[in-house]
Amino acid sequence: MSDQYRPGDDLPPGPPPTAAAKLVFGERMAAAAASRRQFFAKWHTLPKPARWAIGALGMAFLYFLPVVEPPIITTPDTNFASLLAGSVVVYVIVALGLNVVVGMAGLLDLGYVGFYAVGAYTVAVVGSAHANLPWLLCLPIAVAVSMLSGVLLGAPTLRLRGDYLAIVTLGFGEIIRLLAERFDWLGAKQGFSGIKAPPKIGPIEFGVLDSKSYYWLGLTMVVIIYILLSRIERSRVGRAWTAIREDEDAAELMGVPTFKFKLWAFAIGAGVGGMAGVLYASKQNYVAPDSFQLKVSILFLAAVVLGGPGNMPGVVIGAVVVSYLPERFRFLDTSRYMWFGVALVVMMIFRPQGLWPRRQHGRRGEPPAADPPPFEDVKEGDPDLEGGAHGAATPA
Amino acid sequence: MTFDTFINQFWPSTVSGLVLGSVYALIALGYTLVYGVLRLINFANSEVFMFSAFGSFLAIDMMGIPDLTADGQYPYKTGLVLIGVLGVCLLVSMVIGGASAVVLERVAYRPLRKRNAPRLVFLISAIGASFAMSEAVGEFGAKNREVYKLPRVFEKRKLFSIFGADVRNDYVVVVVGSLLMMGILVLFVNRSRTGRGIRAVAQDMDTAKLMGVNVDMIILVTFLVGGLMAGAAAFFFELYNGTARYSLGFELGVKAFTAAVLGGIGNIKGALLGGIMLGIIENWGTSIFQSNQKMGTVTAFVVLVLVLMLRPTGLLGESMSRSKA
Repeated sequence: MSDQYRPGDDLPPGPPPTAAAKLVFGERMAAAAASRRQFFAKWHTLPKPARWAIGALGMAFLYFLPVVEPPIITTPDTNFASLLAGSVVVYVIVALGLNVVVGMAGLLDLGYVGFYAVGAYTVAVVGSAHANLPWLLCLPIAVAVSMLSGVLLGAPTLRLRGDYLAIVTLGFGEIIRLLAERFDWLGAKQGFSGIKAPPKIGPIEFGVLDSKSYYWLGLTMVVIIYILLSRIERSRVGRAWTAIREDEDAAELMGVPTFKFKLWAFAIGAGVGGMAGVLYASKQNYVAPDSFQLKVSILFLAAVVLGGPGNMPGVVIGAVVVSYLPERFRFLDTSRYMWFGVALVVMMIFRPQGLWPRRQHGRRGEPPAADPPPFEDVKEGDPDLEGGAHGAATPA
Repeated sequence: MTFDTFINQFWPSTVSGLVLGSVYALIALGYTLVYGVLRLINFANSEVFMFSAFGSFLAIDMMGIPDLTADGQYPYKTGLVLIGVLGVCLLVSMVIGGASAVVLERVAYRPLRKRNAPRLVFLISAIGASFAMSEAVGEFGAKNREVYKLPRVFEKRKLFSIFGADVRNDYVVVVVGSLLMMGILVLFVNRSRTGRGIRAVAQDMDTAKLMGVNVDMIILVTFLVGGLMAGAAAFFFELYNGTARYSLGFELGVKAFTAAVLGGIGNIKGALLGGIMLGIIENWGTSIFQSNQKMGTVTAFVVLVLVLMLRPTGLLGESMSRSKA
């Protein structure tokens, strides 16, 4: 080395600063956002009655899905209405709830199935097994109990960050299931059957065999939850969650009581999960520990991430994909979960930000997944960087 | 809840907890190494373990060792033959583990890294890969979703006892073998040139890249090493357990991941400590709750929550580079 060392002398010429790549991405992101804006601008130029009419038609189509049983969409190998009621709408509600925790507040929850199980078990316990309350009372009790369990789990653990929180919540999900399996009061291994059904609404009865009514109930719940959550998202609470998600320390410094809002995210998420559990238990007419395995929790998370965490229409689509696809491809028989796994990997590679990602504000946030960064990564065999020395720069 | 069985069974459950714990620790290394370098949960490490476990079965099968010999005896081997058979099994398991981990990195992680994907996406991709791997074994394996049984190649017998707890020969092999593997790994990470690269990338990936470390290569090596460890773990686990199923990875993987977090994920010594602690705590929990294995799992998770409440980054903290191993 020469006597006079100037910083930068021995540095290889590449790679260019990553900031440059970010700028390029910023432009692409802006282009994508522009095309999206264009679409919405066009949508907003439509007269209001037309928009309402299109929306109403869309909703009507959704409500009549199990009656119409459109070709292609309908599942040849399982009861379509039953799939919609027992799986698709339940997953959509769950995904909306989990989206509050994972997508909005940015807390990784791997044990969301626990809240879902709490909701399902509460309606079983207070509705039929140990008390005989009417269903309309069971629902708020179940939601309250799930919210309480969210607070009980969150209060001691929300100080943990990232992956530690993930493993603790995962443990919580498992504990709930194992406890239900262990205690006879909770039905032990065989669980409960004969769960209380919702009361008759006019001509709509909630029988064991009639799935359509459950689908309609579930869809109505989806609409209500969706509206409530999108109001929350746009409120001060939602902005606080965004701040926490983007940078927790900065949020705290800016005066956001992060712990309080994280706890709220947990409680609200848990409440929605519990509601999904109630719907599921009533529709299936039984609860058993086996329905609440860790795998289910992972499917829930897959629904949110696949759809686009933080964007409510996105997670709805993600939930539909996750719950519907394996059943649609039931003719693949037992191998369908293998293909589902492969599909998850492929979709994540080609659309890492989810099927319908949330809108990015400004230049921040994750860069979109268009093409690989043009010059960010150093190729193997790069003469400038190869042959050099791992760590040779630092004396041993 | 009875403490009688707990007290009566204290030493036996501690000894078998130690055995199980050393297997957990080896699997936990796969999580901890990848976490240290990439800061992400390598969820599919459990399936690498499961693949390797079937590697042992494959090896035994290829060597033509039947479940029972023609006259209905176990196909016991002795002396050098036994060592040879076990060595081949270990080798095949490790090769399969390493290879599948490398393929996993190539298929499920590298494309995402190139696209700068958010971290959650890696998790989902890993989960997808994990589904695909375990279901592939369930679907295309010779016995599909049934339980596979490994032929017994040596007699499990009591060697000696500590405080009234029997110590079997397979226990000794598992614990000594696991510790040996971990020793080699620590030496590799601390002393070798590549190991230094791993530590450099763990400390600061961008700076390491600027210093001329081939980051892609290092990440591949990290996965390879994690896979080799999972392979060794699978061999030792099969030595002790002798059965496997397509869902084996998931069951053990969650525990091993818990062990890694308990000790401090990203920290190699933490994986060892966490694994052994978790194995022992789980067995104690099982014996407190009238040998209900599931309550063992519950106990393990409760202890994890308590530990994390007091030490939010695990027992030994999370830095691979700072603690030098």
